[in-house]
Amino acid sequence: MTASDNGKPTLAMYWASSCGGCEISTLNIGENILVVDEVFDLAFFPCIADFKVKDVEGYPDGHIDVCLFNGAIRNSENEHMARLLRQKSKVLVAFGSCSYEGCIPALSNLTSRDATLRTVFLDNPSIDNPDRVLPQTLVAAPEGDLTLPSFYNTVKSLDQVVDVDYYLPGCPPEPHQIWAVLQVVVAALTAGGPLPAKGSVVGTGEVAVCEECPLEKHEKSVARFYRPYEVNPVPGLCLLEQGLMCLGPATVSGCGALCPQVGMGCRGCYGPLPGVLDQGARMVAAIGSAIDVSGKPGDNEEALAHKVEQAVATVADPAGTFYRFSLAHSLLVRARNQ
Amino acid sequence: MAEESTAQNGATEERFEPLIIGFTCNWCSYRAADLAGTSRVKYPPNVRLIRLMCSGRLDPSFVLKALAGGADGVLITGCHPGECHYLEQNYKALRRVTLLQHMLAQFGIERQRVKLVWASAAEGLRLANEITTMVEEVRALGPLNWKQVSREPAAVLAAGNGHETDMSMPAGAPVPIAAAGNGQGVRTAALEEVTA
Repeated sequence: MTASDNGKPTLAMYWASSCGGCEISTLNIGENILVVDEVFDLAFFPCIADFKVKDVEGYPDGHIDVCLFNGAIRNSENEHMARLLRQKSKVLVAFGSCSYEGCIPALSNLTSRDATLRTVFLDNPSIDNPDRVLPQTLVAAPEGDLTLPSFYNTVKSLDQVVDVDYYLPGCPPEPHQIWAVLQVVVAALTAGGPLPAKGSVVGTGEVAVCEECPLEKHEKSVARFYRPYEVNPVPGLCLLEQGLMCLGPATVSGCGALCPQVGMGCRGCYGPLPGVLDQGARMVAAIGSAIDVSGKPGDNEEALAHKVEQAVATVADPAGTFYRFSLAHSLLVRARNQ
Repeated sequence: MAEESTAQNGATEERFEPLIIGFTCNWCSYRAADLAGTSRVKYPPNVRLIRLMCSGRLDPSFVLKALAGGADGVLITGCHPGECHYLEQNYKALRRVTLLQHMLAQFGIERQRVKLVWASAAEGLRLANEITTMVEEVRALGPLNWKQVSREPAAVLAAGNGHETDMSMPAGAPVPIAAAGNGQGVRTAALEEVTA
């Protein structure tokens, strides 16, 4: 079976550990959503249509032609759904930063599951939990057993759990990029057009965000970094030059450099440039080069090291900043718990 | 941490031999290592040297890849500031390594595991001494074992605290955390120590 009963190819979109922004962005393709509706039959799309997991379980393998999977894998239910949708889908797309490389949920890889549960259920100032109750995977109630998915210590990307055909980055992916990718898919399904090679990152540019960014750039020599609330950026001038953290140099283009143009440094949500193993490492390299060391031969080496140390100390939360979106996919994956 | 290194390096166990990857620059520090060799200066054999043209060639991902792949420490060596064959690329190395050290602290990787040393071509003895010091420092810290850290560490977690890895507990009603005896207080304190 290759399609739904009316002969149309089938489309699914599912959210695992995510915020729902990917669905909003998909619906933001505007009137083109009518084309999607014309071409595809929905097979599963919990955000906008009433399907049950039972329905998906009932499909034959490969019934779904294209599945857009967003959200990271942070508990056993996410992993179960990833495996189920992989089995039922011909093409599985890691849609958005969470399923591509972990995104914001994966920042909790810098801490531990225990610390996360403690913060959420016990230590948060807004929590009132006098009996210190924690969620359990199984509770026997008089009406029967109640279950919850188990919560992982390490948040994973989709491809760390199942085989993935394509990656579509962004937090969320920009609607014009989503539409561009959907057009390729529609052309392939309706007119036998070509599809990109398996494993491709689609819906991005090929250069760094800086090249798309219209702000004026000069050589960078930053003696200290500022957090966004500490300074008002000079309009029209590169934010990194002004000491505002911007991940443009280490992030692939495709978004149109939206954030820097409104005075907020690039957060890095489109992920690394092609061929880069680790986005955070590239950012360390870029920021390292931008720090001011006006040294000259014969300078005292300790004084030099101290000066660099002081500049580096003004970089707030380097791991969380450089890996804001890519920690699950990074070389180190997580912090040590010991 | 302290407990682990004691267990790893206990008197009955074999002495832990750290694996250290060393990146040397072609013009000064690799020649310093060469000089140490021809001068028959002794230093521990724990360092595997990789020659780069310049310390400025060191992409931080080299360090991360070494640590993620099983190294216990990474040594980066270059010409003294002001003496770089490529004018100022060792300044670049200094800034990158310092920033990298700050970042790695958030991953629970101690500063002594990633070290930057300047050594001119005449300083074979200095380089050998720095290597000896680093090997002893990393030996004291114990193995890094990053492959174990980055895998889904459910088993690691289970070993460290008394409760089930999937949060399932046999009791039929919600269990107060103190009664469950899962030692979370201890674990959280240890975590804060690492991330501080």
